[in-house]
Amino acid sequence: MSPVVPVISFRNVFYAYPEAEEYALKNITFDLPIGGTEIILGGSGSGKSTILKLILGLIKPESGSIEIGGVEISRMEEEELMSIRSKIGMVFQEGALFDSLTVAENVGFRLREYEHLSEGDVEERVRAMLGFVGLEEFYDRMPSELSGGERRRVAVARAMAHQPELILYDEATTGLDPITASTICDLIVKLRDLEGVSTVLVTHQLRDAFQIAQSFIFKRGGRTTYHRIEDLNALMGTEFMVLNEGEAVFRGRQKELWEAENDYVRRFLSR
Amino acid sequence: MEAVVNGAFERLKRTILHIQEFTMLSYRGFANLLSRPRYWQDTFDMMDVMGVGSLTIVCLTGLFTGMVLTVQSSATLDAFGARPYVGRMVSLSMIRELGPVLTSLMVAGRVGSGMAAELGSMVVTLQIDAMRALGTDPIRKLVTPRLVSGVIMVPVLTVLSDAVGMLGGYLVARFTLRLATEFYWHSAIDAIKMEDIIMGLAKPFVFGYIVVAVGCYLGLSTRGGTQGVGESTTRSVVMASVLILASDYFLNLLILHFVYP
Repeated sequence: MSPVVPVISFRNVFYAYPEAEEYALKNITFDLPIGGTEIILGGSGSGKSTILKLILGLIKPESGSIEIGGVEISRMEEEELMSIRSKIGMVFQEGALFDSLTVAENVGFRLREYEHLSEGDVEERVRAMLGFVGLEEFYDRMPSELSGGERRRVAVARAMAHQPELILYDEATTGLDPITASTICDLIVKLRDLEGVSTVLVTHQLRDAFQIAQSFIFKRGGRTTYHRIEDLNALMGTEFMVLNEGEAVFRGRQKELWEAENDYVRRFLSR
Repeated sequence: MEAVVNGAFERLKRTILHIQEFTMLSYRGFANLLSRPRYWQDTFDMMDVMGVGSLTIVCLTGLFTGMVLTVQSSATLDAFGARPYVGRMVSLSMIRELGPVLTSLMVAGRVGSGMAAELGSMVVTLQIDAMRALGTDPIRKLVTPRLVSGVIMVPVLTVLSDAVGMLGGYLVARFTLRLATEFYWHSAIDAIKMEDIIMGLAKPFVFGYIVVAVGCYLGLSTRGGTQGVGESTTRSVVMASVLILASDYFLNLLILHFVYP
């Protein structure tokens, strides 16, 4: 047994939505090491988002075990799950910002509810988070005034406000133009490399998935530098999973993904 | 034949499941008051939306109900030479029956539907999931404040509607029926007994709960995108109205049996 506990550990997880005849997820097994990235690819309805809901404990698996930071969560009550969720941030599809709250209130939502910070500290943290995603001037705006890309960036700021160890991205770049999508990808890489956050990314945008897998950022002398690794053999820390109708038809590194023999994977990559 | 029986059985099972979930939501909605965190600010905001927001519509309903009651009953009472008793007729009808029922129906249409629509769109845009992911219990944050403001504000609105209704009745009695002011008010106020007040306040308390619980339950169980939100909104008004009228009958039986001498 590995001495380092993985952030996420799925063992033979099955899940079916209520009143559905088919399983939405079948026999899913994977580990995500600390600081690692899991990129889950698959078409619509393949069960990608379901995995994220299971990690958060929003739904419970039919069978199998799910451990977050070494703690089994699949039989936990809602109250117990709250402490698990404090370690996780999630960026939902289209952002899922609270319409009735301002951008700042959205980002500071969890800080106000749980962290017992003074109003001044909350404001400072919220401004820092909005600065990180480059939207400081949107502090007092309402979500309805934002563009799709801005909403996603606010959602990223909200997900990271309580400094989680793990962030889940559900289709974070879907429906955005390539330039905005690229900004979001850079944010994800920045969070992973500079803050050491473990990442689970669900997407069907191959370009963005590979951008995240192949980029890395480091800080030197107060300056952040982006790098792109072209040699796929040198890529570490990012694992891919391809889902088809709830089944993991592939799991491995990017290089292995390109070499995979599975029909669905080949079609998905348009090879 | 077997298919029909199975279908009916499935429907029954689903109905029972809905009742169970509805009861659980109500229970958890109120039980949350016993523990922290409590969202008082949200509760006051909801009271403002429900109470102040519904003032005009509830006053108008009360006013016209009182006026029409006077017009209608005066014709009947005149046949017995009992026109001076019109005040009594209006005040008792308003306080015991029409005030609570009509106010609640109005609130169901205005506020209950709004709750179903708001919570329903929060479900379909994943805001409810986001709230849970951020560590906040949506029932505690969204349902409890609404339930509390419902059981407080609907009775308050009902009292107001009763008063405005009696005033409406007075205006018609005074200016159309040419009844003396003191005749009307004497008859109206003297008729009211403690039992009537209990009945007049117990009903809107229950109706307020029905309006909010139905709105929240249907909102939170919304499925199927924006179309689902529309369905939940409509169903919330229909279901709340039917439940208000049905429970009104049974409340009448109960209160008449236990409260009235």
